[in-house]
Amino acid sequence: MNLWLLLIAAGLATFATRLSFIFLIERLRVPDWFRRSLRFVPVAVLSAIALPELIAPNATWNGLPLQPQFYAGLLAILVAWRTKNVLLTIGTGMAMLLALRMLLGAP
Amino acid sequence: MRTKSQEFWKGVQDEAPILLGVVPFGLLFGALAINARLPVPTAQAMSMIIFAGSAQFIATQMIGAGVSGLVILMVIFVVNLRHALYSASMAPHLRHLPPAWKFLLSYLLTDEAYAVAITHYQQEGELDRKHWYFLGAGLTLWSSWQFSTAAGIFVGAQIPQDWPLSFVLPLTFIALVVPSLKDRAGTAAACSAGMVGLLALDLPLRTGLLLAALIGILVGLAVEKRQEP
Repeated sequence: MNLWLLLIAAGLATFATRLSFIFLIERLRVPDWFRRSLRFVPVAVLSAIALPELIAPNATWNGLPLQPQFYAGLLAILVAWRTKNVLLTIGTGMAMLLALRMLLGAP
Repeated sequence: MRTKSQEFWKGVQDEAPILLGVVPFGLLFGALAINARLPVPTAQAMSMIIFAGSAQFIATQMIGAGVSGLVILMVIFVVNLRHALYSASMAPHLRHLPPAWKFLLSYLLTDEAYAVAITHYQQEGELDRKHWYFLGAGLTLWSSWQFSTAAGIFVGAQIPQDWPLSFVLPLTFIALVVPSLKDRAGTAAACSAGMVGLLALDLPLRTGLLLAALIGILVGLAVEKRQEP
């Protein structure tokens, strides 16, 4: 297949996936359970992306003891819960990660 | 109530921290595309036309390995299926917008823009100007992805494998999710999705992520149902 054709087809497929429900919602009769399930989408997807990064960073499980990412992530969860402050959460999480890496002599 | 331009700039501002995690990947993508012998215009066009990080990485490796176009197309479709979930979750908030806005915001609906924009939609405030916030967040991510791709293409990237700044992404998602957990059902959805995501890490093409999200949503619904009087 021609490379440009592939790019355009892939772009259209990606765009169609993103547009799907945004475009269809007025034309579909959405059942009640579907509407109720929507509020769980962000918490479920974002946790499914974030939590594995704490225990198996870069999709690699290194066994025990757990990596610095775990402790930094735990601290970040605590800070996010207590303060609801995005920048503070990112800041303390990163500071903890870098401090632990330095202590443990990570590259 | 904020004006359109205040909403827009708030979106830009709230998207900014994520860029620390995104720019290194853009650089890496640009460098990888050139290593896979993609022509410069094609490499940049990929970031503009597909505009989806993980799909671009996988596609580039497959193009380099000479995999057939139809297979690559199917793989990209599967890798991006999670965006249908984002679309469903955004749909009620964008309902009132004219088609041009729906098309534009759909094009900008990446993981990183979705995370920030949906959090804003779930907070208090008038609905009728929040799409400007989404546009600000989406365009911020879009431009940094284009510029970092270009920089990776022309300068190359020497980023170590365990580059610590990539940790900004999970941290941002934690910062957005944790304060939004207001009841048992939401917390159960988050915990179960995280667990399944970890256990299903080895499934190919990000299908583990999709599975984890679907199970999380089902668990949330089930817990919510049990709590009803």
